[in-house]
Amino acid sequence: MAVTLQVNGATRTLDVPPRMTLADALRTQLSLTGTHLGCEHGVCGACTVLVDGAAVRSCLMLTVQAEGSSVTTVEGLSLPEGLTPLQQSFKKHHALQCGFCTPGMITTAHALLTHEANADEARVREVISGNLCRCTGYVPIIEAILDARAAYGAGET
Amino acid sequence: MNPRPNAYVGAPIERVEDYRFLRGEGTYVADLARADSFHAVILRSPVAHGVIRRIDASEALGMLGVRAVITAAEIGERPKIPLRQTIIPEGEPYYQPVIATGHVRYVGEPIAVVVAQSAALAEDALEHIALEIDPLPVVAGTQAALADETLLFEASGTNKTVVFHARCGDADAAFATAPYVRRERFKIQRHTALPMEPRGLFAEWKDEAGQLIVWGAAKVPFFNRALLARMLGLDKAQVEMMEVDVGGGFGARGEFYPEDFLIPFAAFHVGGSVAWSEDRREHLIAMNHAREMEADVEIACASDGMVLGLRGNVDVDTGAYVRTNGFTPPRNVAQFMSGPYRVPNIHVSATVLVTNKTPAGTYRGPGRYESAFCFERLLDHAAADLGVDRAEIRRRNLVSEAEMPYPLAPMGHADNMTQTRCDGGAYAELMDNCLAAFGWEEKLALNGKLIDGRHHGIALGNYIEGGASGPSEAARMDLEADGSVSLYVGSSGLGQGVETILIQIAADALEIPMERLRIFHGSTTLVKQGYGSFHSRSTVMGGNAVVLAATALKDALRATAAARHGCAAEDVCVSDGLVHVPGRPALGFVAFGAERISVERDFFNTTLTYSYGAHAAHVAVDPKTGHVEVLDYLAVDDVGRVINPLTLHGQVIGALVQGLGSTFLEELRYDEDGQALTGSLADYLLPTASDFPHLRAHSLELRACPNNPLGVKGAGEGGLISVGGVIANAIAAAFPGLDLKPNQLPLSPERVWGLIAEAKASKKRAA
Amino acid sequence: MKLPAFDYVAPASLSEALAALRNNEDAKVLSGGQSLMPMLAFRLLAPKLLVDLRHIGGLSDILIDGMGVHLGARVRWCDILEDDRLATAQPLLRAAIGHVAHYQIRNRGTVGGSLAHADPAAELPAIAVACDAVVEIAAASGTRRVPARDFFTGPMSTGLAEDEIIFALHFPPWPEGRRWGFREFSRRSGDFALAGIGLFFDMADRRNANSHIAVFGVGDAAARLPEAEAALDGAVLDVAAIAARTAEVSGDIHASAAYRRALIETMTERALADALARRDH
Repeated sequence: MAVTLQVNGATRTLDVPPRMTLADALRTQLSLTGTHLGCEHGVCGACTVLVDGAAVRSCLMLTVQAEGSSVTTVEGLSLPEGLTPLQQSFKKHHALQCGFCTPGMITTAHALLTHEANADEARVREVISGNLCRCTGYVPIIEAILDARAAYGAGET
Repeated sequence: MNPRPNAYVGAPIERVEDYRFLRGEGTYVADLARADSFHAVILRSPVAHGVIRRIDASEALGMLGVRAVITAAEIGERPKIPLRQTIIPEGEPYYQPVIATGHVRYVGEPIAVVVAQSAALAEDALEHIALEIDPLPVVAGTQAALADETLLFEASGTNKTVVFHARCGDADAAFATAPYVRRERFKIQRHTALPMEPRGLFAEWKDEAGQLIVWGAAKVPFFNRALLARMLGLDKAQVEMMEVDVGGGFGARGEFYPEDFLIPFAAFHVGGSVAWSEDRREHLIAMNHAREMEADVEIACASDGMVLGLRGNVDVDTGAYVRTNGFTPPRNVAQFMSGPYRVPNIHVSATVLVTNKTPAGTYRGPGRYESAFCFERLLDHAAADLGVDRAEIRRRNLVSEAEMPYPLAPMGHADNMTQTRCDGGAYAELMDNCLAAFGWEEKLALNGKLIDGRHHGIALGNYIEGGASGPSEAARMDLEADGSVSLYVGSSGLGQGVETILIQIAADALEIPMERLRIFHGSTTLVKQGYGSFHSRSTVMGGNAVVLAATALKDALRATAAARHGCAAEDVCVSDGLVHVPGRPALGFVAFGAERISVERDFFNTTLTYSYGAHAAHVAVDPKTGHVEVLDYLAVDDVGRVINPLTLHGQVIGALVQGLGSTFLEELRYDEDGQALTGSLADYLLPTASDFPHLRAHSLELRACPNNPLGVKGAGEGGLISVGGVIANAIAAAFPGLDLKPNQLPLSPERVWGLIAEAKASKKRAA
Repeated sequence: MKLPAFDYVAPASLSEALAALRNNEDAKVLSGGQSLMPMLAFRLLAPKLLVDLRHIGGLSDILIDGMGVHLGARVRWCDILEDDRLATAQPLLRAAIGHVAHYQIRNRGTVGGSLAHADPAAELPAIAVACDAVVEIAAASGTRRVPARDFFTGPMSTGLAEDEIIFALHFPPWPEGRRWGFREFSRRSGDFALAGIGLFFDMADRRNANSHIAVFGVGDAAARLPEAEAALDGAVLDVAAIAARTAEVSGDIHASAAYRRALIETMTERALADALARRDH
């Protein structure tokens, strides 16, 4: 089936079978391999992308359901060069180790802080509880997100 | 220019890996498949024990996009996967064949490989393979295994593969005369390392070159290359293992699994490239499980709490086969039961039993997490029974500096750690440091108190963590045309930050900025003989190899400059990243960039390192739900010399949360028919961001490691070793009036609720 | 695993969607997909056709008026949580939905999907049962309204026919001064409850009246607890114990029946305490 959608700001038309998830389409049709598949059961959060600004699990969405939508992946949240304030904060706080869950953390945190730049620690923990990380113990991830709030509050993102 | 020396080592340097990961530019093995690649999926046994009567793939073979179906018949001679660690002949009858032949022995055992144009098409075809298996009686646990009524391996005659013994002094004599003895049973549940990236492989057979290239190698690529080449009847030089970014290892990823043969074989079979990505449900039945054991152990003490003896047996459920590192946890649980404590008389055995479950291997802190759980519980029992303070009983029994190097109980089976010694450290000083930072004395006032409906308890524990397995590790340095240095290492990256650590060490050794170094790691193409990353060895073994290579590069620069300028090499000085020839302006490395200088060095070491530490925890228990909140948890360690406090802290906190997962949440469940009940991450409960917010970790540098030039010890596993014992003790301590015995993990809310109800009932009965 | 193959349509109207269901064997409705997609990924289901409701108008409305609260079938969890009117119009619902799954799921998961999936541990079916909500169903023959307590017929099973579509859930009005509590116990935040309680009662002549107590996560489906409700109306003290004793409870790999009964008692106690603490509302 032909599907037309916006991906990271560009209009793309894909020809996909109905059963192809958005995650697989991003990874295999568009080579956007920053979106990771950690479970394909909708539990781990590694495949989180933004669809029309909302964080969603791209393994729990069919590509055909994204017709007409605007999709943003971790690549789309990155600058041509350098790191965004959120990414810098993750680096500063050592909020990643193996990097596998990291794209989902970045997309989720970006969605959260875009809508709630004043989210408190409890709210950040609650939201991030939908993204599994096996390396960091979450402590530095929470610190990094809390530290990045100022940049979102100041509109520097 | 940074001030020298030690501009980088010891500083909280942000990682060089992070840039690509944060931008989604990491390259993991599942990212590699090309448009013309085939995709493999694996048909796995749906029954725990049985005889394969029929496999008929004819319908599947005719389906859309299917290229091949590979079963035992297509493979011909089916090699078995040998031990990589603790290699003893007793394991051999229990080795796993790369594909089921005749018998299946666990749910998840590979039976066939479907190769098709996409994973979806391969999965469609897989459902059309006709499979008939006659079920056999199931050995569902260690008790059934010990009975030997149903055997997994008829030819071996028993389900008991081997018994490891750790012995010192005369345990029986000590127990015969000791004034105090306490015996308890402990049970640790089956769980698993569960890295966030499922396993995957991408293999390509290049017919014209006669070359097999396997991407997705991890942990021990050199060992796996040699093994794969042998299995396929190829020369080692025909096989290359390529390491790309690896989404976590924790002991389980990178070992040689059946798929590590099957996917390269499939590439060879179809004459092209084949990609395989493990599904998460598949992961839960295929990747190494860990830790399932039952201990029956006892402690003997003098009346002042001095430990006199430790003895008992641990039945280890290793699953259906002995895998590459399957003997490591049982040998460790025997040898490390005494931990950092002085126990003069020891006889601890570990009986390794096969059952009809997924085979087990190592998971971070193998055998140490389990043994610390048992021993710390015994110490708290002894402290309570003898009326000795819980900190004091530990202080008295910790190995003192005067006793270093302190030998651990030798093992009856020969391996490279048969006789090993604690290498040094200020154990008691560190524990007191931990207690002070934790606020032990102040928190004691809360211990056993009921506050707002919850019972508060505190506890502490100590551990040692082995590291730095030999025999060697390699590092090569190439001076590039632009004067920068390329560093090639045998160490592997599993997400632990090995790139940053080794560049820090190299930059300091060469006295150049980190930006002038590029690192390449893991792949078999980089150095002649690497060993990889396991047993917390990369900072020690890889780091010291880097130091040797840097020294060699400086020597080569001196020799080259001397030859060029007609002076003696010893008159040339390399410092501050410059080459100083007497009477001439200093030269940058770039002046020698055309010389193609390349040096490779191996660091040999057979002395293990033992980092050590203390943990303390404060919990609140809701008796009505059994929910336990960790209000404070502090881990303090000494790893000799800290290369990077930022990444070390990350390792400790990360391990700590894994330990809390092991203690509270994670469990792989089976029913009596050997059916796996834990099929997704909704059933296998990993810690989440909202579970354990109150964690602290400090690293001290009390004593450098005496046994290597850098003074470093292996680190990264210690954060979890004490967790089970400390948390169980804190829960027990929260109920001083009850004989609460949290001796079985996980301490799920239901189990804690049941323990409290049981203890209350037995108290009522006694009254 | 990858999903099994199926066809996909996204009709523009409810009648077209109903026709698609009627004219195709093994057709299944796709709403948010947050329960359906995992089942497809496990290949527990292999429908031939998915009928996506996304282009059908009017299904995403939250209407609040004197008749109560109307939730369209495609109303998402995040819509409920972000609608401040519900803080007074249906506070019990809002509190319960705060426990549903995680952030990303709440951006896609829908009212209709949850009702159709009928997980016995899910929050929305429990609140629907607790509040005498009515499921509004479209069929070729017209629409029908089924009380929630009759709609759920067992674990993951409902009275919905294969060619019907849930289009709304309707809650009766929530009077001012109603006291309510919601408590659930799960292993981790966002997990399905091992036991949960949603309850409310009104005050009439300074006495408890109209008590509603629903338990979920403990058996085949969410259920009211009439004896406990009677006890609460009668201001009997051991409401929680009665709730625990009278609930239909089963054990599974997540929790034993005995533990679940203990949790019901504790969750009831705590939900009641919350309700009383809200006395000022």
